[in-house]
Amino acid sequence: MITAEQKPLQEIIGYIAPYDKILLVGCNECVTVCAAGGRKEVGLLASALHLNSLKQGKTIDIKEFTLERQCDPEYVEEIVSYIGDVDAIVSMACGCGVQTIASRYNVPVFPAVNTKFMGASISQGVWAERCQGCGDCMLGITGGICPVARCSKSLLNGPCGGTSAGQCEISADVDCAWRLIWERLVELGIQDRYEELNAAKDWRPAGGGGPRKIIREDLA
Amino acid sequence: MEKFEPEIVAFCCHYCAYTAADMAGSKRISYPSNVKIIRVPCTGKVDAIHVMKALEKGADGVYVAGCLEGDCHFKNGNLRAKARVARVQKFLEDLGWETERVAMLNMSAGMGEHFAKTAREFTEKIKELGPSPVKQTASKAV
Repeated sequence: MITAEQKPLQEIIGYIAPYDKILLVGCNECVTVCAAGGRKEVGLLASALHLNSLKQGKTIDIKEFTLERQCDPEYVEEIVSYIGDVDAIVSMACGCGVQTIASRYNVPVFPAVNTKFMGASISQGVWAERCQGCGDCMLGITGGICPVARCSKSLLNGPCGGTSAGQCEISADVDCAWRLIWERLVELGIQDRYEELNAAKDWRPAGGGGPRKIIREDLA
Repeated sequence: MEKFEPEIVAFCCHYCAYTAADMAGSKRISYPSNVKIIRVPCTGKVDAIHVMKALEKGADGVYVAGCLEGDCHFKNGNLRAKARVARVQKFLEDLGWETERVAMLNMSAGMGEHFAKTAREFTEKIKELGPSPVKQTASKAV
């Protein structure tokens, strides 16, 4: 999923300072799962913004709404009835959601979260990067461990000389991805594959060729 | 100036703090009537939004009272509550409120005297801090 973290409160307060009527929009997808911008977080942020305005002696009208999915125009259409009655929208979705709303409505839209990475949950409340969307998945030849996302250098043939006791040189907390790959290949009994060198990667599908788009002729 | 009597909301676990409050009553140990108790099945049931809403509605202080660490009836509800209280305190810090208006307390069901003592101490602390910023602003506006 796409992971995110709430922005510092003061940054959000700064965005909405000129406005009195705010629509705070959450998303029921990824940001709900990573507890950054779901219904619960919408309620908490609204409450915090209320506390701030009460302290300032101001009155602020905050409407709360959480969309099923903020990156789809069909769902974003659901807030159309609010639009004439709000001065600004604060989105708690990832950058995709913010932009979908901004492209649909002629109202200032501000992000309330910082979108981080595509990650997986490794334990309660902990998410780690697992995919960089390189567009040419090589998990099939690396034992299901991604060197692009998990090796600090995205080395296609590793490890490098920076590995130390199985950990990456950038931090003792970071596993060397190529150590993990080797262990996994051994575990699966297919360590012979390690001998096969991976050719230089074409990074155009990874974004090197400009903004990416998928067009499914059967669906479009 | 009128004497300030704070309004304090205490989310008390059924298995410990609430029973401790009951014991305080049985033993005729008084504690400030400023403390309004809300019984919860476990402090793990108390979410950050409950504490925030209490403050938003005008509480001058809020505390969550759960079992002693390691003794939660539901294993770790009190530790979850502790983390949520810390999160609310971070919100308050970011907003320029006194973080001491929110607290996590721990006690067992048999600690009636401790319940009364902490209720008194928390009430005194909130009296020192004065009315919540919400009330302070409202009173200036009048």
